[in-house]
Order: sequence, then structure tokens, then C-alpha cells
Amino acid sequence: MSGKKNMSLDRRHSLTGWLFLLPATVLLCWVSFYPMFKALILSFKTGIGQNMKWAGTANYERIFEDKVFQGTLFNNFLYLIIQVPIMLILALLLASLLNSRNLKFKGLFRTAIFLPCATSLVAYSIVFRSMFSLDGFVNSVLLNAGIITTKINWLTNTGSARAVIIIALIWRWTGYNMLFYLAGLQNIEGSIYEAARIDGAGPLKLLTKITVPILQPIILLTSIMSTIGTLQLFDESFNLTNGGPANSTMTMSHYIYKVSFLNTPKFGYAAAMSFVILIIVAVLSFVQMKKGDKR
Amino acid sequence: MKKKLNSILKYSFLIIVSIISVFPLYWMVSSATNTSVDVIHGRLIPGLHLFENFKTLTANQPLLGTSFINSFRNATIQTFLSLLVCSLAGYGFEIYHDKKKDRLMAILMFSMMVPFAATMIPLFQMVSEMKLIGTTIGFILPAISTPVMIMLFRQSARSFPYEIIEASRVDGLNEIQIFFRMFIPTMRSTYASATIVIFMNAWNSYLWPKIIMVTSESQTMPMLVANLIQAYVVDYGMVMLGVTICTLPAVIIFFLLQKSFAEGITGAVK
Repeated sequence: MSGKKNMSLDRRHSLTGWLFLLPATVLLCWVSFYPMFKALILSFKTGIGQNMKWAGTANYERIFEDKVFQGTLFNNFLYLIIQVPIMLILALLLASLLNSRNLKFKGLFRTAIFLPCATSLVAYSIVFRSMFSLDGFVNSVLLNAGIITTKINWLTNTGSARAVIIIALIWRWTGYNMLFYLAGLQNIEGSIYEAARIDGAGPLKLLTKITVPILQPIILLTSIMSTIGTLQLFDESFNLTNGGPANSTMTMSHYIYKVSFLNTPKFGYAAAMSFVILIIVAVLSFVQMKKGDKR
Repeated sequence: MKKKLNSILKYSFLIIVSIISVFPLYWMVSSATNTSVDVIHGRLIPGLHLFENFKTLTANQPLLGTSFINSFRNATIQTFLSLLVCSLAGYGFEIYHDKKKDRLMAILMFSMMVPFAATMIPLFQMVSEMKLIGTTIGFILPAISTPVMIMLFRQSARSFPYEIIEASRVDGLNEIQIFFRMFIPTMRSTYASATIVIFMNAWNSYLWPKIIMVTSESQTMPMLVANLIQAYVVDYGMVMLGVTICTLPAVIIFFLLQKSFAEGITGAVK
């Protein structure tokens, strides 16, 4: 009797549970999965506005001939390969330094290093653009210090423009990732480090043999998030360099935006390119998860 | 001796990184109080031109007040709705979890990988069909329910003592009441960290508003700031004042809720 009553209570609770999930699930399907499905259909069509007709795989074939898109793909991977490792290693190093027990001004350091994350992507892009402009702060400091004799045009030179974007990205996101590592480090007991230190392990050994293995799941999470974020870069490319010089810093999202909303909108082709990003993100996340699980 | 050298190295490294982190922000604020010429000459001390810069800014961008209010309204409503929807879901996924719900969670997590570029065109078409271009609802719609926030609340619900739920049931509270009267007050620090993240994302969002907030009355702060550098001759004092105004609200929210933020993140990652 009572068993039966419990079961019906359980079922009622399970039903209530679904009620809790309903709004979030419906919304997410409506604004994420449904549009994704629509974009897939759109990527096989061509035309403008209401006059869309089937185009087969023409949009996808076009990607292979589009030098601009290939250039933006290269840029995204360049940012990913250079910026993400530097940022994550720096974040890990800072987190383990800030985690040491007898450090003074801990809160001050943490706040200072996290502060860049509070700035909007547009705002910091403009700050960096201004600092690195021809008559900007960086040039005037270097001139005054006698390091350079003529002003450097940072943002109109391919190599330096890319470097500025990478520096800006590292500045903006290191503190963010550091916070995740700090949170994870708080779960590691200090006694483990003590024991290792007594056994004669140096700081580097502590980092690679204790900190990194224990933080493994969080490192995996941050690297997947950074990968997804880097492949979707838009604001920096748009506001810091405006894709220039000659599209050499433009990101994929920036190019898709241009194709979709500037001049003659080509929704079909833009959707096809966006699916390329989707596939790359999915594959990279999958690979990272597989590799992360193994270790 | 070696220990002392180590700690000198440690502190100098942290101090250098902290200075690099804060410097661009300091430069931004101090430039907002200087003339454009001073900024170009590398002046680093705050000046007396804040008021002049403000006059130039409002003359240049008459919609400054409107844009600020728009951004604030959009971000506040988005924060409130997103907190409600995502915490309900996170709570539901954890407290009532069974096989089917865990599977649904995994599917929802997949949407984290869907890049915005892939959904923005159909979303734009949907929003314009619903005549929501230039409205707050159009602005917040894609960002109310997010997998990251659902995950954050699910993780934090894990640390919510089950005894509280059982005791509340005995006291005659129904399930929804338990959520509102017990869970929300207990999980204040999680809500604080979620508020920081959602508010900042909403306040700072740029690509989506650029697509749908196309009427000048619906313009948001990041859009206004981006307009400032379109001019041929840039007035740096004015631009930096605009950027400072755009940065301020997110920084204030961060400092107000900072303490709970650290606690909330810690609880979630455990």
C-alpha cells in the first residue's frame, strides 16, 4: 500500500521535474536547434529574400574557390594555435602562484588580473586600437624612449596587426580562465604539496605532477571554451582592425556577417560557411574530449 | 637565500602582470579627462577636460542617453529572465534527475557548440517575421536560455542539502514553493555569480544587436561606442570617455557582487 503510494509520489515528482525543465528546453530548441536546422536548409539554397531556390551543393563548392574565406579560416586557426596555449599556460601559472598560502595582497592581485574581463569586447577593441594607432600611446612611448625613430603603423601591417589582436585577446581572457583554475585549486589540499615538497619536488615538478593532473577536467573545459570562442571571434576583428589590412586579420564570423548583411545579402552562401564553422567546432571539441578522457 | 629570491621573482611577476592588466583601463579613464592632443602626446596624468569631452560626446552622439537606457533595460530584463529560466532548469535536472532527463541535458549541452554565425541568419528572419526588430524581446530572445547557465545551476543544486527539500515537503510546501522559498535564498552566491556573467554578456553583446537593433532609437551602448571611431579624425578624449561610460556599469556590477562571485564559481566547479 505504502509502496504504491510512494511510487505515485515519485512519478508525480518526476512530472514536476519536467515542468521545471520545460521553459529552458523549449526556448533553447526554438532559438538554437531550430535555426541551426533552418540554416542547414538555407545552405543548399540561393537567391535573395523570398526568392530562394534550391542550389544543390553549389554554396559548398564555392567555399573551395573562395580565397577570402580560406584566408579567414587561416586567421582563426592562427589565433587559436598561438593565443589559446599562451593564455591557458599563463592563466595556470598565475592561478598556482595566487594559490600559495603565504602570499600577501592575494585579493588585490586577483581583482587586478580579472578586471580586463569586465570590459566589453567593443570597448577594449577600441582602447587597443587607439593605443596602437599611428599617433597612439605605444608609438609615443617608444619614440620618447628612443627605441624607434619613426612611428610604426601597427594596424596596417599584416604581421603586427595580427600580433596586436593576439595580445589584446590574451589581455582580455587570461584572468577569466585563471578564475576557473583558482576555483579548481581550492579543492586540492595543501598537505599534498607539503608532502611533495618534503620529498624534494621543485616548483616546476609540483605544477606538472600535481596541479595539472588534478585540474585536468577544468583544463579540458577551458580549452574547449577557448576553442569555441576563438573560432567565433567577431568584435575584435570588426572594431580593432576592421579585418584589415586587405582582409589579413579578418575572422570567419566577420566575413559571414559581411556576406549576410552588407551589399547584396547572400544568406545561402553565408549559411554554408557557418556550417563549416559548426563542423570544425564539433570535431575539435570531440577530439579534445576524447584526448582529455584518456589521460 | 634561494627562498628569498624565489619570492622576489614571484611578487615581481605578479606585480608586472597586474600592472599590464590594469594599465589599459587606467589609460582609458585618464584619457577621458584629457584633450585629444594630450592623449596623442602620451599624457598619463588625469586632466581637467572631462566636461569638455562630455560636451563633445553629447553633441556628437545625441542618442547617448537613449542608448545607455536601452542597454540598461535590455541587460536587466535579460538577467532577470535568464536567471529564472536557467535556475529552474538546473534545479530540475539535478533534483529530479533520471535517465531521460540526463539524456536531455546532454542534448542541450550540444547547443553550446553551435556557433552564433550558424544561427544568426535564421534567427534574424524569425525575429523580423515576428515584427520584433528593434525591441527588447528581440534582443533577449536568443540569450534567455543558455547551456552554460543551466550547467552552472545544475552543479550548484548538487550542493543543496536534500534534507531541506524533505523537511519542506513535510511542512506542506509544494515543489515550486520549495524552489522559490528554499533554493533561491540558499543559493544566493550562485545567483550573484550568474548575475555578473549574464549582465556582462547582455551589456556587452554586439553582433546580435548590430543585426536587429537597426532603428536609431533602439541603439545600444557598444553600438554607439563603435560609431565613435568611424570618424576620419578621431577625438581621443571623447572616444575614451564614451568607452569609459560603456565599461562602467559592468565594472560596478562586478565590484558589487565580486565576493559572492568567487564563492559561486568555487561551488559550481566542485
